[in-house]
Amino acid sequence: MEPVKYMMFVVTDSNKDTEPDESDVDLWVDDLDARGKRLIGEVLQPPAAATVVRVRDGQRLLTDGPFTESKEWICGFDILEVEDLDEAIEIAARHPMARNGQIELRPFMVWDEA
Amino acid sequence: MHGGARGAPAQRAAEAAAIATGQRARVVATLIRDFGDWGLAEDCLQDAVERALRTWPRDGIPRSPAAWLTTVARRRAIDLLRRRSVERAKLAGADWLDGEEVVEVPAIEDERLRLIFTCCHPAMSLEAQVALTLRFVAGLTTAQIASAFLVSEPTMSQRLLRAKQRIATAGIPYRVPDESDLAERLDSVLGVVYLVFNAGYSAADDELAEEAIRLGRTIATLLPREAEPYGLLALMLFQHGRRGARFDADGLPVPFEEQDSARWDRAAQAEADDGVRHGIRLATRPGRYLLEAMIAGCFAVTRADVIDWSEVVALHDALAEIHPSPIGALNRAIAIGMRDGTDAGLRSLDDVPGLDGYYLVPAARADLLRRAGRAAEAAPLYAEAAALAPTDGERRFLERRATAP
Repeated sequence: MEPVKYMMFVVTDSNKDTEPDESDVDLWVDDLDARGKRLIGEVLQPPAAATVVRVRDGQRLLTDGPFTESKEWICGFDILEVEDLDEAIEIAARHPMARNGQIELRPFMVWDEA
Repeated sequence: MHGGARGAPAQRAAEAAAIATGQRARVVATLIRDFGDWGLAEDCLQDAVERALRTWPRDGIPRSPAAWLTTVARRRAIDLLRRRSVERAKLAGADWLDGEEVVEVPAIEDERLRLIFTCCHPAMSLEAQVALTLRFVAGLTTAQIASAFLVSEPTMSQRLLRAKQRIATAGIPYRVPDESDLAERLDSVLGVVYLVFNAGYSAADDELAEEAIRLGRTIATLLPREAEPYGLLALMLFQHGRRGARFDADGLPVPFEEQDSARWDRAAQAEADDGVRHGIRLATRPGRYLLEAMIAGCFAVTRADVIDWSEVVALHDALAEIHPSPIGALNRAIAIGMRDGTDAGLRSLDDVPGLDGYYLVPAARADLLRRAGRAAEAAPLYAEAAALAPTDGERRFLERRATAP
């Protein structure tokens, strides 16, 4: 079966698990890199560092801060290449932020060959 | 083909329908595996079944109905896909494409297992899981499912469509989970089946309850080394077995010890007993459904004074360890009252967490007081319970108790 790519957004959550996960995320990273499951990933600077770009009526509009007003924000990302959603879930669940925050898995769009 | 042209036409038609229906889940599961397209599988199965209903009464039942249906459905699917010009992307393997002969459906039953686990994948909402399971595994029509869950047919149709889309877009895999995930995923599956059963049980919809029981039997058969499916099956059968005695002629619920055991479904109870025995043999440690079944089994005795309340309490203790719940705590408190007396029961009821406004709490208190002859204290509690009762029948029953405890 063709492997599938997922974008993994690492997101904060004000409702965390009762016990924080204090494990070292580098262990998670190294394990996945060694197995070829993680293509790339980075920690992002906080929302205050963000710039939003829009073009409206020919005008370029910039705002500082994230596009969303929500309390929760994206603090990092990883691109996974896995067998299927179940494998992606299993990987995401082992990330420390699964307990200290939340993880969103979004599959890459697949374009049918004509 | 055997099963020739004997018997009246209506009988042959009924036989054909029964056999075709029995094979639906196996066939649709195989089609989903082959084509990866749930909507296509559904449509082609429907076409094949319609053809079977037209031709089998005339030509006889084929030696392998599942293979017949699968072959016909596959041909239709290939035909449709060719017209949609997306062959390469969808067809999993072309060996049988050119062959006209009937192909044997693999004897391994895990096609249905894949289907069941995928329908109940936790990455979908519970509503979606229930709808998919009833449509694809139980083979109910969209209209039947809509009616069972009190929504309009278009609403249910939308729900099914979104669920099928979600499987495709979220990338939910069509497979049986790994050994390491099996217990948790099986729990999801059993939860869906029990939800369907409860929808039927609480609405006195016997057909829906029986559909859930059929699903339970299928799962137990497909996973013969697992204890919990037998536990759930037994639990449902114990509850369903009492349906004839649950309500009186006016639609009021009949308290357990007043139920006419002559109206119990003996066959259901016997099967339930078997299920419990089977489950106990298989389980290293009884799980939630097996324990609940064993508790229900304690009540499947013909005389209420024979109930072993110590056993009931012990089973509730075991259940609370693995699956604590407020309702479980409530039932345990009642059992303690029956075993140790009213005051012990009332004290245990005080400790039951998080059931504020739930009618069975004052009802349980009132009942313990009534049994102790403390009618004056029981009456206002029955009235309180009546005001909170969720159904008309229960309200009337509790009101009657309030005036004459």
